[in-house]
Amino acid sequence: MNRVEIDGDRCKACGLCIDACNKHLLTLSSDLNAKGYHPIEIHDVEECSACALCGVICPEGSLAVYKEIKPKKGG
Amino acid sequence: MAEQVAFKRTSVLTDDYFHYCPGCTHGVAHRLVAEVIEEMGIQDRTIGVSPVGCSVLAYNYLDVDFVEAAHGRAPAVATGIRRTLPEDRYVFTYQGDGDLASIGMAEIIHAANRGEKITVIFINNAIYGMTGGQMAPTTLPGMRTTTSPNGRDTGLCGHPIRMCELLDTLVEPKFIARGSLSSPKLILKAKKLLRQAFDLQHSGFTFVELLSTCPTGWGLTPDNSLAWLERNMVPFFPMEVFREPGKMPPQATPYHPDLKVRDDAPKAEKKTEEG
Repeated sequence: MNRVEIDGDRCKACGLCIDACNKHLLTLSSDLNAKGYHPIEIHDVEECSACALCGVICPEGSLAVYKEIKPKKGG
Repeated sequence: MAEQVAFKRTSVLTDDYFHYCPGCTHGVAHRLVAEVIEEMGIQDRTIGVSPVGCSVLAYNYLDVDFVEAAHGRAPAVATGIRRTLPEDRYVFTYQGDGDLASIGMAEIIHAANRGEKITVIFINNAIYGMTGGQMAPTTLPGMRTTTSPNGRDTGLCGHPIRMCELLDTLVEPKFIARGSLSSPKLILKAKKLLRQAFDLQHSGFTFVELLSTCPTGWGLTPDNSLAWLERNMVPFFPMEVFREPGKMPPQATPYHPDLKVRDDAPKAEKKTEEG
């Protein structure tokens, strides 16, 4: 499964990653982080295609995206 | 489970949290510079010069050697660094539009005209961010700022200055390009421009302008700022590569001693005919 790591304390809730995600997997959480923002969170992470557009647009560098390497079929 | 990194914060950025407002594209620009430095493996021989403006604290975020210049004088400081340190160093300045296009206009024009071997990264967000949203030389006609509450009056303040086009009239610069930070696609393109500029740095002056947002100064939400940039700034500030190898202007004809006008002029003319 692909994986997205979110550094919640860096997030400033600008929401640019929410618009960048083609699959609409990111939302603002109801929790507060150390700075007092509502950091983003990911739901339905199994849908994530690891395109990393969220990481590319994030001004804070608070996202890391990991793509699963699937074993080759019949190998 | 085997996995590969699709995206990760580069190690050239320090662990400090950016002080920029939410949605400000300075963070993206910092990251792109850091990623280019990491890709080229030049972290230990890169020297940055930070400006005065929001990005005055850039030295806290990029893990390379840094010098803080007086307002607008980053190209002059970079010139000194370039000329005194060994050739293999990479020197860049990171300047905003209030710094570079206003108070630093003389320094940038002359550094470009001398063909200093530095890279200038110009962040254009059409407003003074740090001081509270005043009109900048790049503010668009009719754009409201705290010092132009009725919109920029072109009769009074003139039109915005297009720095890339202005520097493109000079002969020496080796690379001049304008990119934008308004979408993931354009951010990746902008990174390529920065890489090209750093690659060409040792051949001459390189300049990359990045169209950026200022959600706080513009009074818009971060996502509306990106849309505003694409709708209003891009038509006036076209994203182009103005200068690159193979796209250079003709050099001026060098002074030729045979062409000097003196009382022996006819003689000189005769000489050239013979030759």
